[in-house]
Amino acid sequence: MYIVIIGGGKIGYYLSKALLDEGHEIVVVEKNAAVKDFITNELGSICIRGDGCEAFTLSEIGTGRADMFIAVTGDDEDNLVACQLAKHKFNVPRTISRISNPQNEAIFKRLGIDDTIISTNIILEHIEQEVPTHPLPHLLNIKERGLELVEIRIPVESATVGKTVKALSLPPDIMLSLIISKDRKLQVPTADTIIQAEDQVIAVTPPEAEEALRTTLRGSK
Amino acid sequence: MKIFIMGCGRVGAQLAALLYRDGHQITILDVDEYSFHRLPPDFGGTALLGNGTDEDVLRKAIIEDADAFIAVTQGDNRNVMAAQIAKHVFNIPKVLCRIYDPLRCDLYNTLGIDAFSPTTIFAEMLKKELED
Repeated sequence: MYIVIIGGGKIGYYLSKALLDEGHEIVVVEKNAAVKDFITNELGSICIRGDGCEAFTLSEIGTGRADMFIAVTGDDEDNLVACQLAKHKFNVPRTISRISNPQNEAIFKRLGIDDTIISTNIILEHIEQEVPTHPLPHLLNIKERGLELVEIRIPVESATVGKTVKALSLPPDIMLSLIISKDRKLQVPTADTIIQAEDQVIAVTPPEAEEALRTTLRGSK
Repeated sequence: MKIFIMGCGRVGAQLAALLYRDGHQITILDVDEYSFHRLPPDFGGTALLGNGTDEDVLRKAIIEDADAFIAVTQGDNRNVMAAQIAKHVFNIPKVLCRIYDPLRCDLYNTLGIDAFSPTTIFAEMLKKELED
């Protein structure tokens, strides 16, 4: 595949390296001359100096034949404009943007960016796995169906301990898929399965029902 | 009219002053507090410290019922992103933005954003002056 990467910072550099190893054809666009020289020394002549938001630069590197366009600069607005340019002027089939402000996800989607990677949320989710605060750790986003695979740990003091799944009266669009007990027993929950303290519940939920799922399962006595 | 201006540089400050004198309700945003010194002493609108590409900032500034949004910061991409948020998230009826890069400006005009390129406008103006 021919892949264009905008931004040769740490993410851009390691991404190019990994994609080159997989045998893809890569061009990195980087504004900073020193960063460009570093990439050229390390990875060969795959980097050009220029502004990835300028139609001229993108046309020079043949963005029109790119299969994928990935913008990973540190600025959301630069990534947005680069991707919109790739999408609307060069008809690149797949545009991917890194986002720093999680709130920008919706507007990026709406403006036609195919995929967004929210670095802030990824880090947040990893922290939350360790420190279970309020949102649920996301294991997987099934984006095209609008569903998420999430994990909920049942606190000892939760009001759900000792109740059956049936008694939880969960919203119908939520499905509890797997329960991993404290002693690592795996169980596919049925209506009569009893929730135990410190169970790890894997559930499929639409994002908007996540809050209801959390309060139902974690709810204190 | 209730008008939001993003960017209190020379153009932003001047525009805010002119519109305020015409009796409009103005909120001007900038990320640098120092830039507000460009506003004239009689400016009675709101000067707000914050980033106009951040939805939270705009919501806090109560942008929802604004009639117009004008993005005139130094950054083309910032302007165009803010303009698109104003148009598509907050449905502001009139959204204008400055894009120095003429090619980028053309693209966003085709995407339905009212963008103006001072580069093109000024170059054409100078050319016309020379020819007259």
